[in-house]
Amino acid sequence: MIELKNITKTYQMGDVETEVLKGISFTIQKGEFVAIMGPSGSGKSTLMHIIGALDTPTSGTYTLDKKDISAMTDDELANIRANTIGFVFQAFNLLPRATVLRNVLLPLVYAEMGDAERIHRAEQALRAVAMPEDRWLHHSNEISGGQKQRVAIARALVNNPKLILADEPTGNLDTKTGEIVLATFRELNEESGHTIILITHERDVAEHADRIIHIRDGSIEKDDVLRTRHKKH
Amino acid sequence: MKWQDIVKESVGALAVNKTRSLLTMLGIVIGIGSVIGMVALGQGAQNTIQANIQSIGSNLLIVRPGSQQGPGNPLRGGVGSATTLTLDDAEAIEEQVQGISGVAPEVSSRQQVTARGTNTNTSITGVTEIYSAVRNIAVTEGVFISSQHLSRAAKVAILGPTVRTDLFGEGVDVLGQKVRINKTDYTIIGVTVAKGGGGFGSSDDAIYIPLTTAQRYLTGNDKVSVINVAAAEAGSMTTIQADITTVLLDTHHINDPASADFSVFNQADIVATASSITQTFTILLGAVAGISLLVGGIGIMNMMLTSVTERTREIGLRKAIGAKNKDISRQFLLEAVLLTLVGGILGILLGWSIALIANKLANIAASVSLFSIMLAVSVSTIIGIVFGYYPARKAAHLNPIDALRYE
Repeated sequence: MIELKNITKTYQMGDVETEVLKGISFTIQKGEFVAIMGPSGSGKSTLMHIIGALDTPTSGTYTLDKKDISAMTDDELANIRANTIGFVFQAFNLLPRATVLRNVLLPLVYAEMGDAERIHRAEQALRAVAMPEDRWLHHSNEISGGQKQRVAIARALVNNPKLILADEPTGNLDTKTGEIVLATFRELNEESGHTIILITHERDVAEHADRIIHIRDGSIEKDDVLRTRHKKH
Repeated sequence: MKWQDIVKESVGALAVNKTRSLLTMLGIVIGIGSVIGMVALGQGAQNTIQANIQSIGSNLLIVRPGSQQGPGNPLRGGVGSATTLTLDDAEAIEEQVQGISGVAPEVSSRQQVTARGTNTNTSITGVTEIYSAVRNIAVTEGVFISSQHLSRAAKVAILGPTVRTDLFGEGVDVLGQKVRINKTDYTIIGVTVAKGGGGFGSSDDAIYIPLTTAQRYLTGNDKVSVINVAAAEAGSMTTIQADITTVLLDTHHINDPASADFSVFNQADIVATASSITQTFTILLGAVAGISLLVGGIGIMNMMLTSVTERTREIGLRKAIGAKNKDISRQFLLEAVLLTLVGGILGILLGWSIALIANKLANIAASVSLFSIMLAVSVSTIIGIVFGYYPARKAAHLNPIDALRYE
């Protein structure tokens, strides 16, 4: 479903050219749960931005869901983000003065559909992350960190994305809450067959995935398959 | 993105910061309110002054004795300061000038008037029967001066409503009562309709007596103070003005028009002069109010820029979850336009209140025209677009990656 071929990314800073990604190639199948791991400065964030259609590579091709998105315009990229990708961020990025439900509904504002359909989808997404129903109308700054991240996951799920991209999703959480969030990802992967890419610098977190792609200095250092499991979907 | 969704998002974002939205809007409310209020006041003043001038008669030309005044000062003729006009002049004008509907010579002088122990000082105007038509004066009780009164030099008087109140008070039947002017008793035969206004010699504060009577008992000569000429059509007033000058120069045997011993005033000129003064004031007031509107617009831009900076992460998030550049710019633009539009509507109400208060307190016929309302709404919307465009553009072109990382 995801195919990267020889992706490079170069930043120009004055006269200095910095090559952040030096020819990255890999393939991720539908239904995989993959961690991209590397220390800070390894280029994993840049790689995530390219996979997440937030940025385009300097060279190489990136095919997502049979579409070549390496040379798309801003609006085309926005469409890909709206329909194909669900983001989960380290800092949650919820609208603080809006309710939980309103936050989950936000991506659907940019997708044309009726109100009833929107509410239905948001409720489904909130149930999928086991968010207690009595919290749905709370403002998002009134709930705990673990709940915030689950709301953020529900927001990522609400437009039925083909790919969920989580950038350090446990970075702002304590270990125990982090475990719950990671368990939620595993459940979404095993129960509903979502394709999930987890970006992290922590080995403990990365080991929740089935496969770890190690990045160092802009290149793939190692591609470990931890386990192959029989998928339900 | 559906437009309903853009509206919902914009309204929602403004509602989150109610106090700030309202304060920002206040700038536009005051701006639009003062523009509408000031223009209404200016127009009201103009209307009031024009109505005052029109109330002395329509299509009126006034011939006064004395030399021609400068164009900036046409109203100070110095009544009675020179006595060069006679009844013969009035007759000459009536016979020789084409396109006039009436010539009404008058003699006026200020006199002390007594009646039943009270007294007042007022203008005594000796007039002919056509005066009521030429100077647009009607009687509410009794009759006006007739040709019989003139031929007999009858000692009859018609009171202006102000004089009537001064001498007799309200609600007293004055017809048949006497007033004493310069040791002579006059019988009251009528009261004129109140015309209000003033400033150009109120016709309410006057007593009208037959011209012949005034010449015999008050001035003792055959001179007249003023000759009022009514033109049949407004369009021919300038021609008539020139014709009157020619006729009078001829009858007075004067060759050089520069040394004329009379002046002819055209009511249209007076109206035009007064209008241009009030128009200047309206423009001045409107311009000052317009500056406050501009300041209000800058306030909108300032708030929107602050808002874009504060909501950088939100904008980044919206872009990450699929908002296009135009979705973001439209939302921010609409927020600005909503502020100015609602502010504009409240401003219209404020301006309207200013006009109403001016009507009540200052007695200026201030009126808010549909034109100024439409102008206010479109100007405030344009301000929203102009001052909202830059912040909206700035928001739309934020890089989502940088925006998400913004602290």
